[in-house]
Amino acid sequence: MATATDNRIADSVRDAFIAALLVGVLGFFFLALRTEIAPGGLALSTRWGLWFSAIAIVFVIRLALNLFLFKANRPVRTGPSTFAKIGASLPDLSGWTGTIMLVVAIALPFLVTTFLPAQQRQFIDLMILILTYVMLGWGLNIVVGLAGLLDLGFVAFYAIGAYSFALLAHYFDFSFWMALPVAGILAAFWGMILGFPVLRLRGDYLAIVTLAFGEIIRVVLLNWYDFTGGPNGISGIPKPTFFGLDFGRGEGNFAAVFGMPYSTIHRFIYLYFIILLLAVITYFVTNRLRRLPIGRAWEALREDEIACRSLGINTTNTKLTAFAIGAMFGGFAGAFFATRQGFVSPESFTFIESAIILAIVVLGGLGSQFGVVVASTVMIGGMEILRNLGFLKGAFGPDFDPVQYRMLIFGLAMVLIMVWKPRGLVTTREPTAVLKEKKKIGADLVAQGEGH
Amino acid sequence: MSVISQDITNGELANWDRDPVLSVEHLTMRFGGLVAIDDLSFNVGRGDITALIGPNGAGKTTVFNCVTGFYKPTEGRIVMRHGPGRQQEAVDAVTAGDGAWARSAEGAVFLLERMPDFEISRHAKVARTFQNIRLFGGMTLLENLLVAQHNKLMAASGFTVGGIFGIPRFRREEKEAVEKAVYWLERTKLIDRADDPAGDLPYGDQRRLEIARAMCTEPHLLCLDEPAAGLNPRESAELNELLQFIRREHNTSILLIEHDMGVVMEISDHVIVLDYGVKISDGSAEFVRTDPRVIAAYLGVEDEEIEDKPEIASLVVEALGEEAAEEAGIDVPTDVTPEDVAALAETASPEQAAHPGRRPGGIEGPREGGSDKLTIIQGIGPVNERKLNELGIWHFDQIAAWTPEEIEWVGSYLAFPGRIERENWVGQAQELARKKSGAGE
Repeated sequence: MATATDNRIADSVRDAFIAALLVGVLGFFFLALRTEIAPGGLALSTRWGLWFSAIAIVFVIRLALNLFLFKANRPVRTGPSTFAKIGASLPDLSGWTGTIMLVVAIALPFLVTTFLPAQQRQFIDLMILILTYVMLGWGLNIVVGLAGLLDLGFVAFYAIGAYSFALLAHYFDFSFWMALPVAGILAAFWGMILGFPVLRLRGDYLAIVTLAFGEIIRVVLLNWYDFTGGPNGISGIPKPTFFGLDFGRGEGNFAAVFGMPYSTIHRFIYLYFIILLLAVITYFVTNRLRRLPIGRAWEALREDEIACRSLGINTTNTKLTAFAIGAMFGGFAGAFFATRQGFVSPESFTFIESAIILAIVVLGGLGSQFGVVVASTVMIGGMEILRNLGFLKGAFGPDFDPVQYRMLIFGLAMVLIMVWKPRGLVTTREPTAVLKEKKKIGADLVAQGEGH
Repeated sequence: MSVISQDITNGELANWDRDPVLSVEHLTMRFGGLVAIDDLSFNVGRGDITALIGPNGAGKTTVFNCVTGFYKPTEGRIVMRHGPGRQQEAVDAVTAGDGAWARSAEGAVFLLERMPDFEISRHAKVARTFQNIRLFGGMTLLENLLVAQHNKLMAASGFTVGGIFGIPRFRREEKEAVEKAVYWLERTKLIDRADDPAGDLPYGDQRRLEIARAMCTEPHLLCLDEPAAGLNPRESAELNELLQFIRREHNTSILLIEHDMGVVMEISDHVIVLDYGVKISDGSAEFVRTDPRVIAAYLGVEDEEIEDKPEIASLVVEALGEEAAEEAGIDVPTDVTPEDVAALAETASPEQAAHPGRRPGGIEGPREGGSDKLTIIQGIGPVNERKLNELGIWHFDQIAAWTPEEIEWVGSYLAFPGRIERENWVGQAQELARKKSGAGE
């Protein structure tokens, strides 16, 4: 036994030494040497301290990993890791968790105004943003998570919703509440238009065509200068009213009618409740749809399209409804985005938006509504938190700007989650019909559909 | 137009010709140059269990895919009938018109080759299972059976709009759908696992669940693609019972592809035998098992293997029944000699006088140095070698020089049309001839 242990330690030390040597060689040119512009040319300066610390850190970490993880005398773990168990034990939104979360969501703006009056506007704005992404995630979840059709151009429907409202307000003086259903219907209509040509496509091809569709919409909005204003966008989009009451200052407005002192925060709280309402509607409709024949057909389509057809399911119509309903919720969210910003331009609807929404759905766990909430809170909220980490400046010097690292951290987080939980945070599927006992279905049995 | 095959064991028309639920007429399916099914016609009797058998690659699954709409046949007509009798007038009327189906007081007729796959299941009521099981693995058993009742529930839910608000009609129908699912889960002995995901079931249970799922679509014709594949003898016997129950209690006609001769001979009323896309026998199980053409097909296909491996011959004898084998001239499996097989093939080969194409030219006897061993060509067995020698074909280069017309003639002469192209005898012969001439120099 002693020799085995000796071997293990010797191996570990040797391995760590090699790793440190590599860092030393590579780091010599990047860390140890540095050229700076000096009067009369370049000056060479050295940073031996940094170089040695990097080597030492790699040596220690590698040694520790070797001793305690890679070459540890422990049997290979076969059961799910603790990290994997997190997802399995996560609750769904249908039970008490959902109720609690809804209550918290309703109380949150009041808590913020009471306890954090200095930052209330910033916080409520952030919560509005998170809820917008929750809603978009739930909309995309229908297409990607339930029907299993990978859609990389979801932002197109978001743009169609936003521009529908902006243009209707600009040309026909529509109010938010009048334009909202129209925006949803138009987005659903465009969802079907996109659906028709892509239905016969499978896998990667489907993803590429949806990606192209998203870009086409943006480029059209950008170049149709006479109608959409091109890159200048459309401004002066009306704010939503509360049963005809405006949130401005003065007689006959919200604050005056309810006898409250005027405050700009009222409008933000109102916007927050609108998006909360829209998101809750999205949640309930999606949840209901899952338990209807159409929802089961979506999931069956994701599992096996050929079997669906052998059972008499018209897969064309089923896919189209998935595209249309997912697009409709995207359109609602878009109309809300337009009214919140008061301004739309094609710049808001680039591919990165589609990617973020898709990332929320994938990280949350395909088909899981709770996962979408967690993922968008972490991703959208997390990015904003990075903006506010002022104390890091103290640690890394005044030039350090954490915001510049947020995409790096975002990417790292994605890689880590995909390594440990390749099927997303919430990996179980909830059955839609139960005879005796509700059992959650493990992700390994659930198919992912096209293009994953 | 109609194709009637007479069951020769009794003089009168058999059930499947008198009252066919499904008629396949002159069905041809080509994939590029490959003819998978060649002018195939047969009837499936109402209330019968009909088996479609044949060696591997005979085109059985292709027939299924044509019947269920997954392939569009190159030629031919596939008629599905609801209601009794042949309804010949209605069939002719629909065929002449543009539509795919017509309903009348008598029932309904459907031309399946004109319908997309999902409508065949939905309107013509033809359900199917798959050779490689296709369940919704991530959904529970109950959900699988509810998905099968999609169209009924969809209409009940007011195409989703009513369902969102939970209208009473939808609730009622959904309850009925669950009851029907429970009924079939009980029938297939899967009720204890109703809330488990289908992907968790053992193989045999998955096969039964697929049948239950197909039955939830209330089919008039149930098409089963190798339902007994991978089942142990006990499960196989249970399957027989289940199929007979379905036929008896639900008046569902069954068409099945099967390799397990035990299942076929025990439960089938009607057996159709395919070989290389051509029907070689059609009749009752008793008739088919004594049909020399069937025996020849089963023996002849692998004749070179039979010479090498007597256990295959014994398998065939076991499959067809010892009596049949004896009648056909096989006494004991291990005693099967090429001569016996040849005798069989001789009786099986059709009239030799008239073959399509052109007879290839032969030579009197082998050239100097003796004849080539033609059996080296994959697909030529001792029987075929002898028959080719009779034609005057002794060498690889002779086969290598065959024209398409000659190939057609030889294919017909050897009673294996299409096989020479498929196995590329000419190409193989060219290769061998080249090697031989290379070695000679």
